[in-house]
Amino acid sequence: MKRLFACVIALIIALPAWAEVKIKEVTSPGGQNAWLVEDHSIPFTALEIWFQGGTSLDAPGKRGATYLMTGLIEEGAGDLDARAYARRLEELAASFDFDVTDDTLSISTRFLTENRDQVIELLRTTLHAPRFDQDAIDRVRAQVISGLKSDETDPNSIAGASLSAAVYGEHPYATEGKGTIESVSALTRDDIVAAFDGTVARDRVFVGAVGDITPEELGAVLDTLLADLPETGAPIPDKAKISIPGGVEVVDFDTPQSVALFVQQGIDRDDPNFFAAYILNHIIGGGGFESRLMQEVREKRGLTYGVYSYLLPKDLASIYMGSVASANDKIAEAVSVVREVWADVAANGVTARELEDAKTYLTGAYPLRFDGNGRIANILVGMQVQGLPIEYIATRNDQVNAVTLEEINAFAADFLDPEGLSFTVVGKPVGLDSTN
Amino acid sequence: MARALALAAALFAAPHLGAAEGQETVTTFTLENGMDVVVIEDHRAPVVQHMVWYRAGSADEPVGSSGVAHFLEHLLFKATDTLEAGELSATVAANGGQDNAFTSYDYTAYFQRVAADRLELMMRMEADRMRNIRLTERDIVTERDVILEERNQRTENNPRSLFGEQMDAAQFLNHRYGVPVIGWRHEMETLDMDDALSFYRTYYTPNNAILVVTGDVEPEAVRELAETYYGVIPANPDLPERFRTQEPPQTAARRLTFKDARVAQPYVHRSYLAPERDSGKQETAAALFLLAKLLGGGNTSYLNEKLQFDSQTAIYTGAFYGAMSLDDTTFDLIVVPAQGVSLQEAEDAMDKTLADFIAEGVDQADLDRIKMQLRAALIYERDNVDGIGNRYGAALASGLTVEDVQAWPEILQAVTGEEIVAAARQVLKPEASVTGWLMNDAEVTQ
Repeated sequence: MKRLFACVIALIIALPAWAEVKIKEVTSPGGQNAWLVEDHSIPFTALEIWFQGGTSLDAPGKRGATYLMTGLIEEGAGDLDARAYARRLEELAASFDFDVTDDTLSISTRFLTENRDQVIELLRTTLHAPRFDQDAIDRVRAQVISGLKSDETDPNSIAGASLSAAVYGEHPYATEGKGTIESVSALTRDDIVAAFDGTVARDRVFVGAVGDITPEELGAVLDTLLADLPETGAPIPDKAKISIPGGVEVVDFDTPQSVALFVQQGIDRDDPNFFAAYILNHIIGGGGFESRLMQEVREKRGLTYGVYSYLLPKDLASIYMGSVASANDKIAEAVSVVREVWADVAANGVTARELEDAKTYLTGAYPLRFDGNGRIANILVGMQVQGLPIEYIATRNDQVNAVTLEEINAFAADFLDPEGLSFTVVGKPVGLDSTN
Repeated sequence: MARALALAAALFAAPHLGAAEGQETVTTFTLENGMDVVVIEDHRAPVVQHMVWYRAGSADEPVGSSGVAHFLEHLLFKATDTLEAGELSATVAANGGQDNAFTSYDYTAYFQRVAADRLELMMRMEADRMRNIRLTERDIVTERDVILEERNQRTENNPRSLFGEQMDAAQFLNHRYGVPVIGWRHEMETLDMDDALSFYRTYYTPNNAILVVTGDVEPEAVRELAETYYGVIPANPDLPERFRTQEPPQTAARRLTFKDARVAQPYVHRSYLAPERDSGKQETAAALFLLAKLLGGGNTSYLNEKLQFDSQTAIYTGAFYGAMSLDDTTFDLIVVPAQGVSLQEAEDAMDKTLADFIAEGVDQADLDRIKMQLRAALIYERDNVDGIGNRYGAALASGLTVEDVQAWPEILQAVTGEEIVAAARQVLKPEASVTGWLMNDAEVTQ
């Protein structure tokens, strides 16, 4: 009765009206493209610049070079050494965040309108004359190595490294982009410079801007920052071959709670079935308390604080992953329940109610993402990297709603692979042994 | 009693930043049953965040029931008279929204982020669970397992968290801040229905709650809804005064060493007992806030300059001050030694640097730079009114008033270098400190 009541509420309320996100495609006089959302209500701009490639561009034997290079971009440029550079950035009350993943070097910036020109000048110097001073290299290298040492005794890091090594074979994805203590220790300044030159190039740059800036002003900014960069960078590696053996791998580590990652074959972002997969994952373990995994593992059995699944479509390979952590004497049951959920959804599909609830959530939550200049800029540049059209924002919810129960369940039966689902468990699990 | 004022106009001390007149406004009022209400408008997107904060956190728990505030937070997602277990979250999700909750020493808060036209539904459900939860024994048993796994994940599996727990326990001899928010395991294991319901009935009442609504809303509309759903709940006349046993003056330095085979990177953690922001009297806290920024707040901080750049003793340094707190708080320092530097050497270098800082006084250019950033932060934060709302909620739950929150930026701008050094002398006293070493015990076998 109560369930029915909630259902009625869900049906009679209309979809939320939401603000139109007006994206302009800007082309600078120098020919650089960017997507812009103008919003002059707060006197600052969020500017997001991504270079496709990331740590996968590391040259052979130079694992960790791109990661260390990324940490060094903010350690001085032009006439400013690391300390002077940091002071200058603080004086301008701007922020530059440099980050790198397997696939992307991202620069997230935020600056006030009143001193925009000075900030852009500093960013231009950063991109065109990074110093990579030896003392900075040594200082930041020591921080990276400290982090690598800590990863060696962190169950989550151990699990991630073990899983990547098993899944990605010889591909760069198989090893940690931070490098190893040995490889990072051996990096020279030349390696850092080469990593920068291989990464920061015009043939792979994407830009999103949101805030107090006009298309003309943005065009000028784009040319100042990017027009004089090299045309091409290092070649992006080939796609990875995925190998998922199935079964369980236990990594012995003395800690009270075992950490488990699980993985099966994934789906590419541009696959026609991507939206079916996206909705399916939401129902299985997409983050809410209502997901199958949270209901079965946490709410009904109290075996964990959190259990999740997520599609991981990277540029060069796609996998479907999940994670759960349980006390050493409970992890075996948690793993078994995850397998049961996988098998059940593969065999019986999801219910009409689950599909409707997932659609209502996903379509309702989508506009809530557009809630701040920095977040919108991030979405704009992410769409460009994925090759999505500007109209995508307006049509995305229709694509979610178009997936039928028959389609999603046919897809689930084909896609979900209960036998192939592989677990990597780090800890002292009771009643769980490696199968391979 | 409603008060609206332009945030920017009230807060900006620095005309040269050229801040436009703020569109956002903060409106506050109190319902007849004593529930405080804060509304912060941002009409750029049709989104609202709805929060209810209770002035009850882990430091308000009865002796022997550590973790019950957080346990109850979990249990509020179970059934009520009109909602089944999990139905509140499911309904929020079915409306495209997200919901969660969090517990700290001084407060417990529940929130939903959802399309603005769903605010009424959120209030109806939140008001319902303020008075009407219906728990089963099975809820207690299952959810207790969940919080024990949460403790495993946050604390038992992480030697830095275990170390932090020991630091807090050593720092607070007589105050509940020495007990972890999630609880001590042996007490968590005994939490039962009576513990949860007793805490609920005592503290979950409108005269102990703060409603914070941020986003695309009109204050008058919020008032009408709040009166409809929260205004009808009677106040608890027996709400106890918030009284915790306080710390005595600390007269002896305390030390501890925490060893764990999982520690790969040892470090030194120092904490000092420090005053918090007090209503109408925030000046010392403002000086300590700036002291933390100057000493260990970023790339150009004093500890970084001396220990990372000059002597290369450390690979990381940081200073932290918990300004928002109902009772006395801590001022903390962390130094992570460079390869080949012992913890003793790192600690000695830290102490020498602190002494040098006090002897040299504050570099005015450093202070000006920090103040400039704080002024700019007032512009940037207008992009995130939910963050502003969180600050109001936490402040009001920590014994501060709306006026205190609004005065804080100007108080920070007025602090002088001399006042910062005076605050440093007052707080950074060796006899009022706890020093901890986090170490790997090589003898513990894996």
